[in-house]
Amino acid sequence: MELLRKTNIDFIGMRKISFIISGIVAILGILGIIAIGRGTANMGIDFSGGTSMQLKFAQPVTTQGVRDALAKGGLKEVDLQEITGGNQMLVKMHSDKTAANVEEILTQQLPQNPFTVESSTEIGPSIGEKLKKDTLVAVALSMLGIILYIAWRFDFKFGVAAVVATMHDVLAIIAVFYVMHKEVNILLITAVLTIAGYSLTDTVVVFDRIRENMHKSLKDPMVTIFNRSINEVLSRTIITSLTTFLAASSLYFFGGEVINDFAFALVVGVLVATYSSVFVASPIVALWEKAPVPAETKAA
Amino acid sequence: MKGYTWRISLIVAFIVASVLYLTPTLVTTLPTWWTDMMLPKDKIHLGLDLQGGTHLVMEVETQKAVEGSLDLIATDLEDSLTTDNLRYKSIARVGSDKVQLSLYDRGTADKVQAVVKKKYPDMELIPAIDEGGFVSMQLRINEKEAQVRKDRAVAQALETIRNRIDQFGVSEPVIQREGLTNIVVQLPGIKDPKRAIELIGKTARLEFKLVDESVNPATAATTGLPEDSEILYEKRTDPATGAVSETPIAVKKKAIITGDLLTDAQIRIDSQYNQPYVAIDFNSTGARLFDQVTAANVGKRFAIVLDSNVYSAPVIRERISGGSAQISGSFTEKEAADLAIVLRAGSLPAPVKILQNVTVGPSLGKESIRKGLMAGMIGVALVFVFMAIYYKVSGLVANFGMVLNIFFLMGALSALGATLTLPGIAAIVLLVGISVDANVLIFERIREELRLGKTPHAALDAGYDKAFLTIMDSHVTALITAAVLFQFGTGPVKGFAVSLSLGIIINLFTSLVSTKVIFDAFLERFHVKRLSI
Repeated sequence: MELLRKTNIDFIGMRKISFIISGIVAILGILGIIAIGRGTANMGIDFSGGTSMQLKFAQPVTTQGVRDALAKGGLKEVDLQEITGGNQMLVKMHSDKTAANVEEILTQQLPQNPFTVESSTEIGPSIGEKLKKDTLVAVALSMLGIILYIAWRFDFKFGVAAVVATMHDVLAIIAVFYVMHKEVNILLITAVLTIAGYSLTDTVVVFDRIRENMHKSLKDPMVTIFNRSINEVLSRTIITSLTTFLAASSLYFFGGEVINDFAFALVVGVLVATYSSVFVASPIVALWEKAPVPAETKAA
Repeated sequence: MKGYTWRISLIVAFIVASVLYLTPTLVTTLPTWWTDMMLPKDKIHLGLDLQGGTHLVMEVETQKAVEGSLDLIATDLEDSLTTDNLRYKSIARVGSDKVQLSLYDRGTADKVQAVVKKKYPDMELIPAIDEGGFVSMQLRINEKEAQVRKDRAVAQALETIRNRIDQFGVSEPVIQREGLTNIVVQLPGIKDPKRAIELIGKTARLEFKLVDESVNPATAATTGLPEDSEILYEKRTDPATGAVSETPIAVKKKAIITGDLLTDAQIRIDSQYNQPYVAIDFNSTGARLFDQVTAANVGKRFAIVLDSNVYSAPVIRERISGGSAQISGSFTEKEAADLAIVLRAGSLPAPVKILQNVTVGPSLGKESIRKGLMAGMIGVALVFVFMAIYYKVSGLVANFGMVLNIFFLMGALSALGATLTLPGIAAIVLLVGISVDANVLIFERIREELRLGKTPHAALDAGYDKAFLTIMDSHVTALITAAVLFQFGTGPVKGFAVSLSLGIIINLFTSLVSTKVIFDAFLERFHVKRLSI
């Protein structure tokens, strides 16, 4: 079976549209990073400190009911989120009130609806600070590692494009989480770094073919070579992503509440990584190679 | 094609090893011959997020340990100056690193200076100055010495906490030092985390203090207290109503006996009132002190103080020799049992603060395993069906490689004693998708070579050769990030990094070597005109 027999799509010609889309996504991603840095994004308690609990009630509950009960007990600034199925509720607080406080108040206020604490997490602010620092170092190190590997593996122009595409994928995941106001926690960072490592696969597939074709046909214009190369490897670009996409989405749909957001980040990451190898990485090199005068002399 | 025998042997060897290492996890009870033959008997370790339990990060407030040792020095100096007949106005710790001595005249100051120098040569002595008719002199603990004490406090706290957990009875606890001041405690499968945390985190500083009868504690706030006294509270819970009442009691600041002089503490039940209490035994020094103090203070009251809370303040009816006493108060049997444990295990050298407390109930852990397995199975099924349809027989070969990949990974996790967490399961599911990618790249290349008119054999070799570099690239970058995650992640994230990186390394073998050997063996045996790809 073949998905695509022989395509002839002008990918490089679509660069204007794709650059605009990617530009917007990247800006949103940067805004998201700024919001994370300032702590104004929807920060998980592992970064901000606080308490989160997963409660399982005996009877159906509403967020409003739990919110009122907690407010009566003096707990006002609480994030509540219903978990579909099983009368479950996520309670998140950034204050220094503890899980024991919540338990006590709810036992008093909702005596007719007993509950069990499925999980509870309390994190002090100093741990969050340390985690923030560690995360920055981890992200910086991963990026540096990937850049060094790319620098060793590719020539300059391809290397820069691959790095830009990887950054693009990272920013895109953050942008989606920022816009959807999803929680930024250590699992998101894990997903982002995983995608940063994974994203290169598709780019490498395309780049390898471009270089092969550049050696084969020296006379053709760059844009033609690039378009031909992308079209030649298009089906494998799609299929490698598709298999990973299938695995990631079964995690998203069946993996349970705890890793739902994590799986979502992976799904988004797999999709943007495929997009960026075709629509971001390749056009950058194509434009650069097309420039008749080398960049250095032009600058001088 | 020659030389595929060793590759098949290698695959078979890996399969056998994986089966051996996975058997303990899959079989509920191992037969005796299994253990007799020294075969692996450890199950795959499950992280706390999967088996339920409590993960604590605690900070030892080491500064308090330094202050505590300065308080001890102050008391010790008071004693030695009194025995040497040197008069002083006051000796006390000031700030976090100094002991201040206030004396009446220069002459005494010089003598005191000599005593101090001899007793505490490591302390920095700040020269005496005249201050408002008194001579004041300060001793400072230097940075290095303070650091040594802090370090010792953490080591000691670790030991004490380990003792308490051992006596509390938790199977396979993890108790580790992390960084300069932190202690990490993991209690898998614990049923009553609140009780455990209370037990671990209690400083448990036991002190016997004389009650200062000259002060009326109710009016002390307005009339003021003598300098050597303080107000502590006795909390009582009414067993019928659950109401808590607090009674202030004025006690002397200086403890006459402390908990370090204990040899044993046991829970007993009072036969008369059916009330639990804790019976304690002192060592010889403690017994002697207790004997002296009770003899000198018959008719007065002394307070039994734990972490600045008065448990009870009985009247000394007669001299108590023999070195036993009892702590009664309003506590339940569980509380009394826990109190006995902490007293036996000893007090913490400094208070601990809980920085992080992650508790996962056992049902959520089971649910996570169930859902993780479900997602994995569906992921495998989707990828399996897709590959089989898209690449036909070759797709089945790739699927075989994928199943081997997962199987070897589980075996490796078990053999290395790695911990499987929920994100770790997620990594395995993700790996199902990534695993066949290498084969997709190879197969697409083979299709291209076939289109160029190559024979199946030549196309196959060319496909594996030409896709190799690309596959290496993607694996190396994925490994870079997985390694960083391993280095920086804790708990669940580390589990993710371990599963992912091991899986990716194993994938190189299963997708390049294992699938190739099947093709090679097949092509050699049968004369194949067309590849099913």
